[in-house]
Amino acid sequence: MTKSELIARIAEQNPHLYQRDVERIVTTIFDEIAGALARGDRVELRGFGAFSVKHRDARQGRNPRTGESVEVTEKAIPFFKTGKQLRERLNTGGDEE
Amino acid sequence: MSETCGLDDMAEKTITRAQLSEAVYQEVGLSRNESADLLELVLDEISDALERGETVKISSFGSFSVREKGQRVGRNPKTGEEVPILPRRVLVFRPSQLLKTRINNGLAKAGKPA
Repeated sequence: MTKSELIARIAEQNPHLYQRDVERIVTTIFDEIAGALARGDRVELRGFGAFSVKHRDARQGRNPRTGESVEVTEKAIPFFKTGKQLRERLNTGGDEE
Repeated sequence: MSETCGLDDMAEKTITRAQLSEAVYQEVGLSRNESADLLELVLDEISDALERGETVKISSFGSFSVREKGQRVGRNPKTGEEVPILPRRVLVFRPSQLLKTRINNGLAKAGKPA
């Protein structure tokens, strides 16, 4: 499912909304999450999951092709931890307790 | 903006559904209730797609996909006892290049002298 398919599904269930408002709703949600992460904040959506930022120290890396050693600067990476409820949903239909 | 009360008074805050639906409310001008419902619907639709085994691609944000893990032998770390870990499905989030860049630019601004 792509973002536009997601928008289409939401619009279908909300015929009273303009498609462009649904677009703005979906865009706003992801933009807010991205903005929070850029500020270094966490985003916790109970049952769905939590987005956070993890920091990686600077390190001495190596160009795998040439074997040359290069300086890798410190960086931050976005991280998502699946919520308990969603994790369980992915694993039902099997022999789940 | 609500303030986080806590012992560690770090710069880091936690954003929840409340702030996200407030942002939707401010942006689109629906009622607060309807904004909250729409946020929930978005999360539900994503969850449903993942449950069906689909990959969910949100351009300029990232993609969520489901990975099948086979059975393997694990160990109870307390007792050292071997226990089988059953096959399972796990969710993987891959951030887009744009999101990674945005976060690193934010870090540069917040943390260090440019």
